[in-house]
Amino acid sequence: MAGAIQYRNRKRKKIAINKIPMEEKKKWFQLDLGLSKKQTVGGSCGCGKSSGGCNSHSLSPSKEEYRISAEEFDTAVENELTETTPPEPRKDGFQQVFEVKMDRRTAFRKLTASLLVGAGAVQTSCSVVTGEETKEKAQIDWEEQFKGNYKLMTPEEKKATVDRLVRSYQLRKKKNIKMSSTDAAKDVLFGYAFNISKCQGYMNCVSACVEENNQDRNSQMQYIRIHEMKDGQGFKFNEADDNYYHEVPAEGHFYMGTQCFHCDNPPCVNVCPVEATWREEDGLVVIDYDWCIGCRYCMAACPYDGRRFNWSKPEVPEEEVNKNQHYLGNRMRKKGVMEKCTFCVQRSRAGKDPACVEACPTGARIFGNLLDPDSTIRWVLENKQVFRLKEDLGTEPKFWYFMD
Amino acid sequence: METFRAFISMVKDSFGFITHGSKTYLIWMIFLTVIMLFGMYAYSIQLEEGLSVTGMTDRVSWGLYISNFTFLVGVAAAAVMLVMPTYVLHDIDFKQAVLVGEGLAVAALVMCLVFVVADMGGPNLLWHMIPGIGVFNFPNSMLAWDVIVLNGYLFINITIPLYILFCHYQGKEANPKIYVPGSILSVLWAVGIHLVTAFLYEGLQARPFWNNALLGPRFLASAFAAGPALIILVLAAIRRYSEFKITDKTIKKIAMIVTVAAQINLIMLVSELFKEFYAPTHHSESAYYLFFGLEGKTALLPWIWTAIPLNVLATIMLTFHKLRNNLNVLYICCFMLFVAIWIEKGFGLIVPGFIPGPYGKIAEYTPTWIEIWVTLGIWALGAFIFTMLAKTSIGIEMGKLRYKKKEVEEAETA
Repeated sequence: MAGAIQYRNRKRKKIAINKIPMEEKKKWFQLDLGLSKKQTVGGSCGCGKSSGGCNSHSLSPSKEEYRISAEEFDTAVENELTETTPPEPRKDGFQQVFEVKMDRRTAFRKLTASLLVGAGAVQTSCSVVTGEETKEKAQIDWEEQFKGNYKLMTPEEKKATVDRLVRSYQLRKKKNIKMSSTDAAKDVLFGYAFNISKCQGYMNCVSACVEENNQDRNSQMQYIRIHEMKDGQGFKFNEADDNYYHEVPAEGHFYMGTQCFHCDNPPCVNVCPVEATWREEDGLVVIDYDWCIGCRYCMAACPYDGRRFNWSKPEVPEEEVNKNQHYLGNRMRKKGVMEKCTFCVQRSRAGKDPACVEACPTGARIFGNLLDPDSTIRWVLENKQVFRLKEDLGTEPKFWYFMD
Repeated sequence: METFRAFISMVKDSFGFITHGSKTYLIWMIFLTVIMLFGMYAYSIQLEEGLSVTGMTDRVSWGLYISNFTFLVGVAAAAVMLVMPTYVLHDIDFKQAVLVGEGLAVAALVMCLVFVVADMGGPNLLWHMIPGIGVFNFPNSMLAWDVIVLNGYLFINITIPLYILFCHYQGKEANPKIYVPGSILSVLWAVGIHLVTAFLYEGLQARPFWNNALLGPRFLASAFAAGPALIILVLAAIRRYSEFKITDKTIKKIAMIVTVAAQINLIMLVSELFKEFYAPTHHSESAYYLFFGLEGKTALLPWIWTAIPLNVLATIMLTFHKLRNNLNVLYICCFMLFVAIWIEKGFGLIVPGFIPGPYGKIAEYTPTWIEIWVTLGIWALGAFIFTMLAKTSIGIEMGKLRYKKKEVEEAETA
């Protein structure tokens, strides 16, 4: 166990089991963050060496030094809340088009296309060019209809489908979107913690989630549910109200949020007949919206009400569309496919917190890399009394609840 | 070449045979066609608008379609109860009924597959399931298993009767060495399709109402009651409307199967009820909802309280030889049993699985008219297919359809 954190994924599983003594062998699946094991090397450095050859080693304190007290943690949370994150400079259309990395051929094609689009009235009156566009649309639709499963695509194929989707949006809506296909980073396992004492039920997380992830406005689809429960009666979900419309915090009540828990042993993934949903290397459970056939078996298999179905064509007003998208995340969905929380993959893989975490005014939501011993989430797991829902099902959610 | 010519001739003859018939036959087929057309129209609305036109929601995400699918898998599996005695045990009393049973299995399987397709959000993407060009999550997903076993069973149930009928069409005897291994396979396969379909639900730890080891065996018992019950009703109709001779003895033997299966089914029902209500836990909520309603939500009560008395009454009546051997009483019992099991294994099984939801939320489900019409359309399709299959096979068995019929007759008269 020399590695900083030994985490069992499919490939490493065999080796890991061999190394564990007999009595530690479990017949059931268990999420192993290596919390119980002594760490010999402070291997949190990206360079992978412990010799200190890179400059970052001096910055990462040893585990003992790192431990902070509960007060310090609270003040840190407070600070985080009061700190106003600088607004991102808004990119204009020009930058959005020209900052996208592309090879010469697609660049040329896009340049030509945008010139054609820009020509406006003259262009639409010209039948030859309109024909070209219709042809291109048809070509894209054809290729999109018969593309493979994203999970099995090569990096080139992934890039090609992302380019096609961006181009398709450009052709149809005359607007540019930015779509990423960033893969999971190494040594990252995302986890989430929810502070029951802090949540006041304001539901800022819910609206931020809807705006960030382009959910259908007509059916008011929401990934997050906030359950309002009565004080002194424990967790009685069946008596809780998850659809309240009154002033919060209501007297004598406490609040608990649920969403997709990104289980490490997700029942929804096993049951999918076409492997349209899977667990990524960084622990996110994602869906390929274009591969999903809409049988809703995963929905029946999820014990946490984490999945949503597009019963009709999802609609988002054009001006509200979040144009910063990820293929596995908040890109526009179709009618008849599943979707769910992805811990805002478009944000989390870019080093940001999910929208719900950022939007929470009370600091009840904590997100981070479970494999990074310096992360806040690790501090919570190691210093608070944490629990998860329905642990007896063996799903190993990566979503913990705790109280102050 | 001769075989091929005979086959073409058989297809042509059968086509002519099914497009002509008595007035009752034509009215029946037109009636079914009209219902199918209504169903297709309802389905076209569903395709256009999405599944939002059904009563299903994020809370209850499977409804009437999957309920009917589950029930019909059982009907398809029941054909084995006729196949086994005829081909494997050589009981001649079943010989007349077996082709009818197999035709029923084919029709039920087609209905199953169509119900699943009707329930899909993206029916145009079904090719994603085809191994080779798509990705097939085998052996992890029970749905993948189900696709294999259903299509395999459909293949077996088409080929065996086709071979036997083709031989009879040419005036030859079918070779048992060819069809008996297939029949034995189909016996095992029939148990497989229903067990796999039960595992589809049984394997979900998220739904305690389904996550129950008795589900598979109970599926089998109820299937072997409802399926042969339907076969008895169909045989009664065939006896009435065609010259095809089916002896009382055959029907009574099938009635015996129905009775035993219904009794076993009832024992398992008692066992399930005992477990849910003697020591009720949090996991018994669904059963409470089904039988008594929860928090004033009682949509399923009329259904289940129709099903249970019908089931119990029919089983008791069938148990007495005197009542069972009276054919008219038998038909009524079979009808009662069929309806009871359709409710119990359809609505009564699928819907309570979702209620209460994972966090105890109780949201009820009522099918919409579009859903109901699509369902009726698919049942009409099944009846349509079955009628054609039964008419052809009866025609061949009775010698009305024969290869080079004229030449054979001339040779006989000369």
